[in-house]
Amino acid sequence: MSILVTNESRVLVQGLTGGQGTFHSKQCMEYGTQIVGGVTPGRGGTEHLGQPVFNTVTEACQRTDANVSITFVPAPFAADSVIEAAEAGIQLIICIAEGIPTLDMARAKAAVRAHGSRLIGPNCPGIITPAVDDGRGCKIGIMPGFIHHGGNIGVVSRSGTLTYEAVSQLTARNLGQSTCVGIGGDPIIGSSFTDILQLFEEDNDTHAVVMVGEIGGSAEEEAAQYIASEMTKPVAAFIAGRTAPPGKRMGHAGAIVSGGKGTATAKVKALKKAGVAVADSPARIGETLQSLLPS
Amino acid sequence: MLALKIHEYQAKDLLQQYGVPVPKGVVAESPSEALKKVGELGEGSCVVKAQIHAGGRGKGGGVKVCRTRDEMQSAVDEILGMNLVTVQTGPEGQLVKKVLIEQASKIRGELYLGLVIDRQKEIPVMMASAEGGMAIEEVAATNPEAIFFENIDPNAGLQPFQARRLATRLNLPNDTIGGFSKFATCLTDAFLAEECSLAEINPLVLTDQNQLIALDAKINFDDNALYRHPTTCELRDLDEENPMEVRASEHELSYISMDGNIGCMVNGAGLAMATMDIIKIHGGEPANFLDVGGGATAQRVAEALRIILSDQNVRAILINIFGGIVRCDLIAEGITEAVQDSDIPVPLIVRLEGNMVEQGKKILADSELNLITADSLDDAARKAVNIVTKEATK
Repeated sequence: MSILVTNESRVLVQGLTGGQGTFHSKQCMEYGTQIVGGVTPGRGGTEHLGQPVFNTVTEACQRTDANVSITFVPAPFAADSVIEAAEAGIQLIICIAEGIPTLDMARAKAAVRAHGSRLIGPNCPGIITPAVDDGRGCKIGIMPGFIHHGGNIGVVSRSGTLTYEAVSQLTARNLGQSTCVGIGGDPIIGSSFTDILQLFEEDNDTHAVVMVGEIGGSAEEEAAQYIASEMTKPVAAFIAGRTAPPGKRMGHAGAIVSGGKGTATAKVKALKKAGVAVADSPARIGETLQSLLPS
Repeated sequence: MLALKIHEYQAKDLLQQYGVPVPKGVVAESPSEALKKVGELGEGSCVVKAQIHAGGRGKGGGVKVCRTRDEMQSAVDEILGMNLVTVQTGPEGQLVKKVLIEQASKIRGELYLGLVIDRQKEIPVMMASAEGGMAIEEVAATNPEAIFFENIDPNAGLQPFQARRLATRLNLPNDTIGGFSKFATCLTDAFLAEECSLAEINPLVLTDQNQLIALDAKINFDDNALYRHPTTCELRDLDEENPMEVRASEHELSYISMDGNIGCMVNGAGLAMATMDIIKIHGGEPANFLDVGGGATAQRVAEALRIILSDQNVRAILINIFGGIVRCDLIAEGITEAVQDSDIPVPLIVRLEGNMVEQGKKILADSELNLITADSLDDAARKAVNIVTKEATK
């Protein structure tokens, strides 16, 4: 099994007809993802990539059986697209955009919570459940499908390419993945490390977890508390940004050490105290995870 | 977008537009301008404050209290043009080009009032403390019960009862509760309307007339929201910015200057941080953070190389690209094209991984350019560090 998405997931693409939406939706479909429709205001009633296009998510939900939505809507309008999906009853919403204003996200997060939906992202690569054996996988995001391999390691990360680095180290060691979740690099995100760790803990086919964190905020420390008190499965981690200067935003809006808070050192310490195997080097993430498995 | 920082006098101007009371003040760039404008302040003592973006100005000698016009004049002469070194400027200091001259207040008490986005609660939070003048981080560490919090609904703003509750917890005199509520409400309105990430009044003073005034003000903005605040963006003072960071932002490259000698070019922010980390692990020092983004075209690579090389300390450049959706062969073409067209005076170490990596490596090998290829993250960092160490011992 896996968490959040399977090859049974029926996906609606918000912003399907745009450049990003078209390019990545094609890649997702080639990977095996069931895309059942798209939403682009003003393009309702047309078809794109062989799928029906609607003007609103409400209409798309009435006419298709979509249960997941991915939004490629650009940052200035992305929060609105998330609220639209939540309000229409979509249970799982994945938001890719980078650069959403923080107050927009605060409002969108409140709406998602009020409607009982789950949001992944924003500023993230999405979710992938790789195919096991000769089955079909499910990729809902912008990550490269080919580096993944079906298996029993869960991956959760705040980053994009650093996640690919971690995944390819796992795959190179024949450690396949159950599901990989990019939770996003913004200060306010839909799902936290703890939310995703909880799902991996409950998933029978996930045997161990890799968590890739970075400087800024306290999500890693909160995850450490959860791991110490609730988690039975082994966890390996890497925290990026030990060399980052304080007060500077390191690319991601959420990656900033401010007022002495959010340092890599504090995060590593909290995770180690919780029994997590923390890789000192980004080149040893796969190796560190493997050391936790029975040989 | 490049982080927007503004001066104290600009923050006070902005807050005043939302009704936050600030001391009467004038800004001057020369002693003669100061003399001309100071009449507006009336008689009495004044304070001359250096306007630079770094904090800790008082301890560095950038803030002077003056009882007479003569004292004011000599303080302006002294501070304007000084190289002010504070805990935040680093040892190189920052040249003072502007001073703010303000009417001095007779102070009865000092408070702290601030607003931030609380990442855990996912909303803005107001913080208040009677320990005015002290850094809030210090109060949080030594006396956390002295800080009082109110959660702010981003749609509704600060509610009047919340402001009254804070005033009461701060033990303010009854006849100042109304004034404090108005102050806190105006500050919250400014924070929400201007989409700040931080708005801090420290100290917020209670005068002998029971007036509340923002004696100092610091504002940071949400970079992601700057596109809808064009007037606020005009407050940017390029004299205070790192010119390389400004130039990088013009090309939509995320660049942060550091003290080391190994330049870095990486796709993705997390991998870029990790690349800096692994250089350090191998005993080297990164010269910068640079995220070249998803589409590493020849043009972007060339511009990134130019920015990295404008740092005189750079002795080698490490390019680390994980080709996800982007193909390594196209990236390799971009790199070779950029290197062919520009004169790169330092060794380039290139590590490619991911999509079409073999084709990418072949392009680099066939280019006959002076590139050092690496097979892994470890290999790349080791090679880069070895090169700069060897050069240093020459």
